Order: sequence, then structure tokens, then C-alpha cells
Amino acid sequence: MVSRIERTPFAAWRWTVDRLMLAAILGLMLAGVVLSLAASPPVAVRLGLEPFYFVNRHILFLVPALVVMLTTSFLSPQQIRRIAVVVFAISLVLLFLTLIYGAEVKGARRWLMMLGISIQPSEFLKPAFVVLVAWLFAESARRPEMPANTIAFGLLATVVVGLMLQPDFGQTMLIVAVWGALFFLAGMRLIWVAGLGGAAIVGLSCAYFTVPHVARRIKRFFDPASGDTFNIDQAVESFVRGGWFGRGPGEGTVKRILPESHADFVFAVAAEEFGIALCLVLLLLFAFIVLRSLLHALRNHDPFQRFAVAGLAILFGLQSAINMAVNAHLIPAKGMTLPFVSYGGSSMVSLAWGMGMLLALTRERPRTNFMAADRSPVAAGSRA
Amino acid sequence: MQLSALEKPGCETPKFWRRWSLRKLFSGSGQPVDRATKARARIVLAIMVFGLCYAVIAGRLVLYATSDNTTVRRSYSADAVATARPDILDRNGEVLAVDVRAPSLYGEPHRIVDKDEAVELLATVIPDLDVAEVRERLSSRRRFVWLRREITPAQRQEIHRLGLPGIGFMHENKRVYPSGPLMSHLLGHVNIDNQGIAGIEKWLDSRGLADLHLAGLARDRLQKPVELAVDMRVQHALRDELLKARTKYKAQAAAGLVLDARTGEIVSMVSVPDYDPNSPREALDPSRINRLTTGVYEMGSTFKALTLAMALDSGRMNLNSMFDARTPLQYGKHTINDYRGQKRMLSMSEVFTYSSNIGTARMALALGVEHHKQFLRRLGQLDRLRTELPESAEPLVPRRWEELNTVTIAFGHGLSVSPLQAMMANAALVNGGLLIPPTFHKRSEEEAMQIATRVLKPDSSEKMRYLMRLNAETGTAKRADVEGFYVGGKTGTSEKVVNGRYSKTRLLNTFTAVFPADKPRYLLLVMLDEPQIIPETNGYATSGWNAAPTAGLIIARIAPLLSIAPRFDLPPAEKLILASARIR
Repeated sequence: MVSRIERTPFAAWRWTVDRLMLAAILGLMLAGVVLSLAASPPVAVRLGLEPFYFVNRHILFLVPALVVMLTTSFLSPQQIRRIAVVVFAISLVLLFLTLIYGAEVKGARRWLMMLGISIQPSEFLKPAFVVLVAWLFAESARRPEMPANTIAFGLLATVVVGLMLQPDFGQTMLIVAVWGALFFLAGMRLIWVAGLGGAAIVGLSCAYFTVPHVARRIKRFFDPASGDTFNIDQAVESFVRGGWFGRGPGEGTVKRILPESHADFVFAVAAEEFGIALCLVLLLLFAFIVLRSLLHALRNHDPFQRFAVAGLAILFGLQSAINMAVNAHLIPAKGMTLPFVSYGGSSMVSLAWGMGMLLALTRERPRTNFMAADRSPVAAGSRA
Repeated sequence: MQLSALEKPGCETPKFWRRWSLRKLFSGSGQPVDRATKARARIVLAIMVFGLCYAVIAGRLVLYATSDNTTVRRSYSADAVATARPDILDRNGEVLAVDVRAPSLYGEPHRIVDKDEAVELLATVIPDLDVAEVRERLSSRRRFVWLRREITPAQRQEIHRLGLPGIGFMHENKRVYPSGPLMSHLLGHVNIDNQGIAGIEKWLDSRGLADLHLAGLARDRLQKPVELAVDMRVQHALRDELLKARTKYKAQAAAGLVLDARTGEIVSMVSVPDYDPNSPREALDPSRINRLTTGVYEMGSTFKALTLAMALDSGRMNLNSMFDARTPLQYGKHTINDYRGQKRMLSMSEVFTYSSNIGTARMALALGVEHHKQFLRRLGQLDRLRTELPESAEPLVPRRWEELNTVTIAFGHGLSVSPLQAMMANAALVNGGLLIPPTFHKRSEEEAMQIATRVLKPDSSEKMRYLMRLNAETGTAKRADVEGFYVGGKTGTSEKVVNGRYSKTRLLNTFTAVFPADKPRYLLLVMLDEPQIIPETNGYATSGWNAAPTAGLIIARIAPLLSIAPRFDLPPAEKLILASARIR
């Protein structure tokens, strides 16, 4: 048992970290492994790999992910901010490098081979960007003389350009949405809300009219007869076949034909084998993490911590909600992975890092500690 | 940065809720609300939005969980699953059509792991399986494809043993007609999905059965059987005789109809060549149409009975009225002649028994075009006759009806009606003057009375009966007489129109019989399409030589089946007419 008498770093962590949230995240990771067992062997077989290829790799990625998450959760807000700045800089460079050196997969350049492992810089960019923007908005409130909002705009534009060149609509949308949400939380005026909302609509209509596959997907959603709705039909059938308690592990059939059963449609595959009851449990875990983080943000008094926690929670929440809504055929098909459950190494580590930051920022701090932390960003900011 | 008092830990939540308002949520930084308060208000909004999103997704999942697993399958195969139909019985309760459960083989392509293996294994059980087609079907992206409809239970068992994933069986109802082609045109048939597409079967569907199927209600076998008026024994005898006659007279087609004169029930209806409704491929052959309802014909001399009835019923002529048949009737550039010209004045009964064209034409002319037209309309000859059978034809009525049309229609040319329609009018001529729409369903006399319309005086009808009988005793219908059943009848030989002209050699022979003529119970129609001259007929191909004797043979067979007792003490028609004249 960890003693409260000695103030070791671990003891401090042990007593201040949000243990319920940590449990929820670990629960999600566990669910990810179990669902990977169900969803990924058919995909591996289809690709000519040994059946448990993806399962093994999924578990393998969990090790660095856990390490990253737990380590990060020990860090102080200043350390987190500094690391975020570094990671952001590196991944932004890598993002643009993928445009040149990246391997083209399904019409997009998103992956970069480095030291024998392929990584997806945009995955690491997301949480770093969110933390950075949260810091900028917090600074803009504290020090109006610093052009923090302008810098935030600039960062957004850079990242969006990089992502759109890949192209990666899903991540772009996600980044823009989180940025908008943070801007909104940071006290944007009503007129800006309207302006940004209008810009989002203009952007979406541009995408609709200039990018054929976006238009097709939206059309298909509203009029299934207009095109091939194979994936979505399968997903819906998967839910209905599963019923409350599923057909049992290994009894799923939809996973055999859904091309993305281990990634985008893992939620539906889970429904067929383990039932909608398990899906609801998963949904509750996500909702719990997101809402609890937002409540932390509500209670926190430090603007940077508040915005960073809210931003990371919104990033996590949007991604999970969009994926589940697509699976349940509530919104048009959009390639978005389900955090911790879908297969993906970069995504797993970056999510773990994001959650680690969330855990670190939501650790209970005595008021004095908070006051101290409140002052330090000035110094940090001037150093950065 | 200013920290207001309410931001102190411990006291924030209640105060926060108190002060939370839309103004804080959206007001700009120039307002007196500080940024931290606003940020917290907006985080609350974000919490609510996320809560709502997750709730909606959860709601959708619950909806999926509670939706019936089978409804999904039904949604894409409901229209294809053969549905239950009621049995069809004849008037004596004999089964004419019945559902038999048969397994059908289907595939769900997305569940099939190895399509080639599946196709190969299926082909071992069903050797005549179209391998290419099945493979194509299994490669489609549809979720449900039929592979073979209505397989045998043995095949089902073998395929089941193959243990192929994605291959399943669905029990379907297969319609079976135990009597084969006997009732083909009458019953019609169903398609592979057990939906009626012709005859009474189609009528059943149009009567709401299809709606029941859509609602999924008509899947059981608890439906009430449908009883028809048809008598299977009579149908068999009629068909048998018609087939024989068709062979004997080398006719292209033969058709017969037995109609109950008092109720309008169709007791039997045969049109050969027909088809087997169990494998209705031949039904599409145009030569196999139901000539009695789907075809319209110039009925020829049998139509003269209508003209005579009109003349009698007008009250302006009687049986002894004389008509000038000494010379052919000149009408414009047309000359109307008699087939067996007597070249003398003929009484009305002689006009009938000699089947005089000139006499009937003069009769109609004397009454005028309008009278003629109205009479035929009253007898339902100018409008489409609709029965339970969906197949019906519109009569071909001249667009401009002038005196010449009346002249020719008087002896059965220039107006094409369906034979069933003509029989309805003939029934009215002899049954006391009541026009009763024919039906394929059982109908009592009381029910018939309710829908009957009076078109003739009873007295005129009585005279028509004796004219018919007289014709069988002394006229063209002699060969149709069957001793004891007091048959009356009228022959008809019409030349078919070939390339716009009446052909001398291609004939459509009809014969309408009524029995027993003193108390009419049944009407019989016999039609022979293009009968040929054979040695027995002494060089004739007219109705009296083929249709009439066929009718005689039929009556001899069916009258006992219809419970008509033969009577051998009946007086000749001549006396009866005199007797009825005396009573008046």
C-alpha cells in the first residue's frame, strides 16, 4: 500500500490521479483487445497474414501505449506543455514530410516509415495541437498584448493545409472542430460563433461540391438507393443480428465481409458477437471519460489546464461519438477510428499520450499548487 | 486576471447554477461577465451536447436491440416468399387447387466463405443446377438470393448435410392443381411466388389476399376454402367430348360452356387447347387463350335467337308473322342471302328453323336501328362483361351503327362479343326473361333473383324455349337432340374474317343448347374453330354437322351428372306452342 506519509512522486500520483477515469481508460484498452480478437482475424486472413497478426500487434502496441500514458500522467502542466510543443513541432515537420516521402495507401499519403516502423504523424499532431492551442487561448486571456489568437489561427491554417494535402478529411474536420470548440470555450463572441459556423458550412459545401467521394457519401446517407451502401448495411445488420447479448464470440458473420471490420466498423462487429449490451457498456465508458473530463475542466481554475482538458476531452469524445454514430447509421460514413478499440499503432500511442496528459492535468492539486502553477506559465511562455 | 468570489472552491457550484444564463453563454468580452465564468458556462453547454450525442447513439442501439431479428430478413424477401393461398373447391367439395409446403434453397452471399466450393457441392446434389448462374448470383452484393425454388425434401436433406454456411432453406407454399389441365383457364395459375397471375387465382389476390400477404397475416393454412360453382365431373365430361370433337373434326380449337340458366352459375367452362397450371409455361401461347371470355367472335346464326326474341318481345310480331324470303335482300350494294334458301314466305318459326338470314334481317329492319341497339344493350351485348375472371374482352361494336349494321347483326355478323356474354343473353331468352350476370361462384336462385334484371316478358321467353325445342325436332339442331332431355338449340356457322374478307372455308361453328327446353335448367355452348369436312358429314362443315352432334354427346353425358331425370312422355314442341297459345 502506498503510504501518504512519505511524499514520493508515486505516492503523490497515487493519491491525486483520477483513479476512476484511469480505470475507465484501462477498461477501454481491455475491451479493445477482446474486440480485436473478434474483429481482426478475418481481416488478417483476407490479407494473407496469420490470423492473430493484428491481435498480436494490438497487444504489442498496448505496452508502449501504457508506458506513455502512465509516464505522462506523472508530469506537471508545464512539462506537458513543453513536451506538446516539441511533439507538435516534430509531427508538423513529419506531416509535411509524408507528403513527399509517405507511401500512398488508398489514395492518401498518411504514413511515414521511420526506423522500420510506420507512423502516422497526424495522430500525434492532434493532441499536441490541442494542448498548444489551449495554451494560446489561455495566454490570450491573461496577456492581451500577446497575439495568441492570431498565432492559434496560423497554427490551425498550417495544420489544415498539411492534412488536406494528404488528403485526410476526417482528421481535418476533427482538428477544426476541436479548435472551434476551444475558441468557443475561450470566450469567443457571438458574432464569431456565427462567422465560424458559416465558415464551417462553406467549407463543408466546398468539400461536397469539389470532392466527389464526400458528395457520394452524403448522398448515400440520405438516399441509400443512390449508391453502394454495403458497409453501412452490413453494420446495421450486424447490430440487429446481435441483439441484446450477441451471437457469442466467434459467431459473427458480418466481420467476414466488412473490409474495415478491425478499424472503422469494430463497434458493429462487437455488436454481432457480444451484443448491444456490451456496446452500451463501451458507450458508457466513453461518455464517462468525456463527461468526467469536462467536469474536471469546469472545476479547474487555471485557464490553460481547463482548456487543455476540455480540448483533449472534446477530441476524444468527438472521435468516439462520430465513429459510433457512423456505425449506428446516424450520420454519413466517415472514416474515423474508435479510440483504443480500433486497430492502429500510432493512434493507440497518441491516444495514450493524450489520455496521459488528461490524467496529468486532472490530478487534484492543492490550491497553493494551483496558484504556483498559475504563475509559472508566464515564465514558460517567455522561454518558449 | 480577476478572480471573483464565486470562483472560490467549495461554493462555486450552487452560485454558478444561479448565475448561469444565456447572457453569460454568449455575451462578448465587453460585457461585465468575466471570461472564466463564460468559459465554464460554455463547458456546461459542451457537457450537455456530448451527453445528448451519446444518448442519441445509445437510443439508436437500444432500437436496434429491440427490433425483431426476423424483420430485417423479411424486409428484403417478403415479396419473394411464396404465400399461403386458400384451397379452391368445386361445387361438390372436390379439391381443385391446394397449397403444398416445399423447401426452397436460398443463399446469403455475404455469409458464404468459399463460393466455388458451395457451387460445386450444390451441383452434386442438384445435377441440373445452372452453375454459371448460381455462381453469378452468389457473387452479387445482394444479401439474399434464391438458388433453386421448390426442391424436394430429399435434396433438402442432402444439402443440409453439406453444412455450407450461407446456404439456407425457406419453406414456401407451392400451388398444386391435382386435376392438371382440367380447369386451367378457369382457375388460372400462380407465379413462383404463389401470387395469382391469371383466372380465379388472380381474382383471389385482387380480393385482398395480396394485402393480407403484405401484412404477413395469410401465412397459415387456416384460410377458408373458396368454393366455386364449377362441377368437376361435368368439366371432365365436357372437356373429354370437346377433345374428341376437336380431333374428329380436325378443328383448331374447341370450347364449351355450361351455364345454369336460373342462377348464372358457370358449371363448366372448357377451352382447348388449354395448359397445365402446374407448369404454366404454355399459358402464354396465343392459341391457348380462353376463347370463352378472352376472345370475341361474331356469333353467327346463334345470335338470331336474340333477334327473334326482340321481335316477339316488341309485341309487333308473333310466331306466325310472315317474312318475305323469296328474293335475296338487297341493301345498297350488299346482297343478303340464305344458306338454304326456301324462296318463299316464311313464318317466324320457319325463319328460326331454317335459320333464314333474310327473315331475321327483315325482322330487325322492321323494328328499327334504335330499337335493335337498345335491346342488345339491355341484354349486355354492347358492354364488356366482367366476371371474377380477370381476363375479359370488350365487344367489338360498330362505331357508326346504321341500318346495314342492324341487318347483319340481326343474323350475327358485324358485332363481336365474347361467347360467355352471348350465353348470358341466351339464358335470359329461355329462363323467363331475366338477365343474370354469370358467376364462377356458387349462387342460389334467391341470390340470382336479387341481381337479375328483367329484359324480356315471360311470355316471349316461353315462346323462345319452344322455338329452340322446335329447332331440335325439325330444324338445324336435330343432331343435338338427346332422347329424354328435351334439348332445344340453335346452330351457328359464321365465316371467319381472314384478311378483311369473309372466308368461305374457315368457319367458326357454334351451337347453343338448352335443356330441358320446357323447364330450362342448363345452357350449353359448343364452339368449334375451323372444323373440317369429314366423310361422315356428307361434305358439310356447318354447325349442324359437327357442333350440334358434339353438343348432343355432351348433353347425354352431363345431364345425368346434373341430376336431370330423363322423361320420355314429353309432347312435341308444336303441340306445346299451340297449347300455350290456347291458354292465352
